[in-house]
Amino acid sequence: MSTTTSTEKARTVVTGIGLCAPNGLGPTAYWKNTLRGQSGIGPITRFDTSKYWSKIAGEVPGFEPAEHLQGRLLPQTDHMTRLALVATDWALWGAGLRSTDVPEYDMAVVTAATAGGYEFGQREMQKLWQQGPDFVSAYQSFAWFYAVNTGQISIRHGMRGPGAVLVTEQAGGLDAVGHARRQLRKGVRMALTGGIDSSLCPWAWVAHQVSGSLSRSNDARKAYLPFDEDANGYVTGEGGAIFVLETADSAAQRYPVRVYGEIAGYAATFDSRVPGREPGLRRAAELALADAGMSTKDIDVVFADAAGTPELDKAEAEAINGLFGPHGVPVTAPKTMTGRLFAGGASLDLASALLSVWDGVIPPTVNIRHPNKDYELDLVLDDPRHQRVRAALVLARGRGGYNSAIVVCEYNR
Amino acid sequence: MSKPTQLTIDDLKKIMRECAGEDDAVSLEGDILDTSFLDLGYDSLALLETAALVKRQYGVTVSDEDLHGIETPRAFLTKVNSVLAPV
Repeated sequence: MSTTTSTEKARTVVTGIGLCAPNGLGPTAYWKNTLRGQSGIGPITRFDTSKYWSKIAGEVPGFEPAEHLQGRLLPQTDHMTRLALVATDWALWGAGLRSTDVPEYDMAVVTAATAGGYEFGQREMQKLWQQGPDFVSAYQSFAWFYAVNTGQISIRHGMRGPGAVLVTEQAGGLDAVGHARRQLRKGVRMALTGGIDSSLCPWAWVAHQVSGSLSRSNDARKAYLPFDEDANGYVTGEGGAIFVLETADSAAQRYPVRVYGEIAGYAATFDSRVPGREPGLRRAAELALADAGMSTKDIDVVFADAAGTPELDKAEAEAINGLFGPHGVPVTAPKTMTGRLFAGGASLDLASALLSVWDGVIPPTVNIRHPNKDYELDLVLDDPRHQRVRAALVLARGRGGYNSAIVVCEYNR
Repeated sequence: MSKPTQLTIDDLKKIMRECAGEDDAVSLEGDILDTSFLDLGYDSLALLETAALVKRQYGVTVSDEDLHGIETPRAFLTKVNSVLAPV
């Protein structure tokens, strides 16, 4: 077998997970709280919401940037970049990998972003209009930018292989991982990938409020109810996850190393602009299964996109039932505890899926009191379901017609 | 308020800390007059930021072109002070 063939088929495994979530800082706290059904959604504390009708979100608790990052980085980073840098450090640490262990051009960085450094951008725009151009930080040149996390991670760890950023709204958290896998198959040894978003500042809040789907409820337990008869929109939040992806060969060389699972299949589709056409979500899932060489029988749980609006929930239920049949597979949405985190949300779901496979437990969906029976879904409600998870399907939809799906599975050497 | 008439190395260190931060790896303590900004961990953007703060506090403009030729704190101070107190 030639080298080219082997890299084309190179298996991709996850050996490190770093995350920041509204219900837990770091994978251990997040997973413990998620299995307990503990939500991180609550009143916004980061800015004064008195002038806004929406007042709740999922904020990452207890994050003190100076505890984790050197002073040099603070003037040049937005909050979401700080979260991403710290999550990256944790992912590498968990993988037992130092960036100096791998040749610099053999390491890729692929992240997803939705809003960039919005809070940083707001502050500098205010300086521009209130004080003048001389007061705007030189770091505004990149700190607000969608690609900034990829750049800062690359610089921090001397990773000079392929760098990229994907902007496909919520789907980005999966698309980044799909693209990182592509780079591994082209011959890169390891990649840092995933997405972390945060846009909890007044400027962003104006945009969130006109999105059309933000929940009108400010009751943390009733605002975000995907697949419920009372579904009335979503709650937003901040955070996400960063992964260390390696080729199975690379991981095997470093044995013993913890392999959470394998990225077995990935696919992305677009919705048609033609009215009446079926949305692309089911096709994305089918293609990801085909890419993994699996059938629906192999999937033990689906992590739903869980948009939280009746129309989108119905469409997702139809996509899932179209593949698995009514009540054909456990479906869960732990993001009911975090809110929708944009690109970070799908990455966090992927982290949950990998932890499910690793740990043999499906995390619950919370706050759903009246699941819509017409959807015919086997929702994992309130309590975790302890069972072997050989493979999980993660679904994500991004505003504007993006659909992505990833299949993760147990890794057998 | 009258503008200060001289920029000292201590003033400059304070400005550098304020606008670009400091970390454990590279210290600004001690004699850094002839240490290059790059060796101090301050890249071109950090220097731009430093120049912007000097402009706000001292009213002296160091142009982007001038910055290109300035590699050390001593050269930076010489440039600024030549404008503040022309010899």
